[in-house]
Amino acid sequence: MTDNTSMETLHFEFEGAHARTAFAPILVGVVGSGNLEVLIEPAAHSRCQIDITTSARGFGPIWEAVARDFHSRHGLAGVAVSINDMGATPAVVSLRLDQAAASLPGAQDDQP
Amino acid sequence: MNRSFAESTARERVQHLFDADSFQEILGPGARMVSPHLALLGVPSSFDDGVVVGRARLGGQTVLVAAQEGAFMGGGVGEVHGAKLVGLFQRALIEKPAAVVVLAESGGVRLHEANAGLIAVSEVMRALLDVRALGIPVLMLIGGANGCFGGMGLIARCADCVVMSDIGRLSMSGPEVIESSYGVEEFDARDRALVWRTTGGKHRYLTGDCDVLVDDDVAAFRAAALDTLPCHRALTLDAMEQEHALLADRLVRFGECTDGAQVWQALGIANPLAVPELDARGVRALQTHDSDVPA
Repeated sequence: MTDNTSMETLHFEFEGAHARTAFAPILVGVVGSGNLEVLIEPAAHSRCQIDITTSARGFGPIWEAVARDFHSRHGLAGVAVSINDMGATPAVVSLRLDQAAASLPGAQDDQP
Repeated sequence: MNRSFAESTARERVQHLFDADSFQEILGPGARMVSPHLALLGVPSSFDDGVVVGRARLGGQTVLVAAQEGAFMGGGVGEVHGAKLVGLFQRALIEKPAAVVVLAESGGVRLHEANAGLIAVSEVMRALLDVRALGIPVLMLIGGANGCFGGMGLIARCADCVVMSDIGRLSMSGPEVIESSYGVEEFDARDRALVWRTTGGKHRYLTGDCDVLVDDDVAAFRAAALDTLPCHRALTLDAMEQEHALLADRLVRFGECTDGAQVWQALGIANPLAVPELDARGVRALQTHDSDVPA
């Protein structure tokens, strides 16, 4: 198994502000070409934790920027975000993350 | 409002086809029951391995439900995906739901997990037939863009009742498989009109492989599922022999045909070339359906 055929895993954590009450896990998107799935689950900490598994290697800095942007928009706390990615563009990733955040119970209250 | 079945994801189909908020997922994405094979091959997994299974209500009756996600690896049946289907059918033996409803969209066995997928397909067929033997109807709803091919096509034809839209396709070997095995002279997989004339919902309805033809609309699939919910078809040696006689007769009647349109002509349809232009209602009105179906 060479590096070219294995996937890249990335992990980011941000200190969050908007704590969540318990909610059922939410899944949006599909692992298809140029697409991704985003799973948001409640977590027993005050951070927004993002774990990514992607077939496109070498885009760590771009993922970090997209994750940071997402966190600056929503500032979620006490959530674990897990992503399976099949080469989605940064714009698609951002939209999926926003879709997942918007699916959280009471999400409308967060909108500025 | 029309909600396209073909353009909906598996989860959207489940959400809108069954009674509102009635779906309870079994082994949801949080359980991370993912493929043990894909990561080793450098291919991304999906948290539900491309199939959503659970319990829902349909017109107030409890049913068990599976929905395949065509956008994930073409709905391919891998080891976990297949095991979820098998487990759902085995659960039906215990829970005795009003029916098991499968929203099938699959190219067949997932080639990355070929052996495990092939075994899974045979296990699903066995479990499905166990459910039917108990008198619990099994419904197949087929309307996704990836169609229902290979092992999943075989599974679909083991069911009591098949509902399709004109977008849906049902067959054993897919167009590309036929072309690469027998050559483009035998079958041109790029000829989309030909592909639908030979595998599409209208053709399957006219030849009796599909029981109900609907438009590409989640509400139409729901209505058809409600209508056909008590559709139990006897699973007996006699019924099996009738089916074999039907297939032998089909080969005699249509064996020389090279195109779906020729089959429709042989079925007595006055203007077969107009069939592709008809909507589902127009095709249903042709009423050749009963001619090729055992009573």
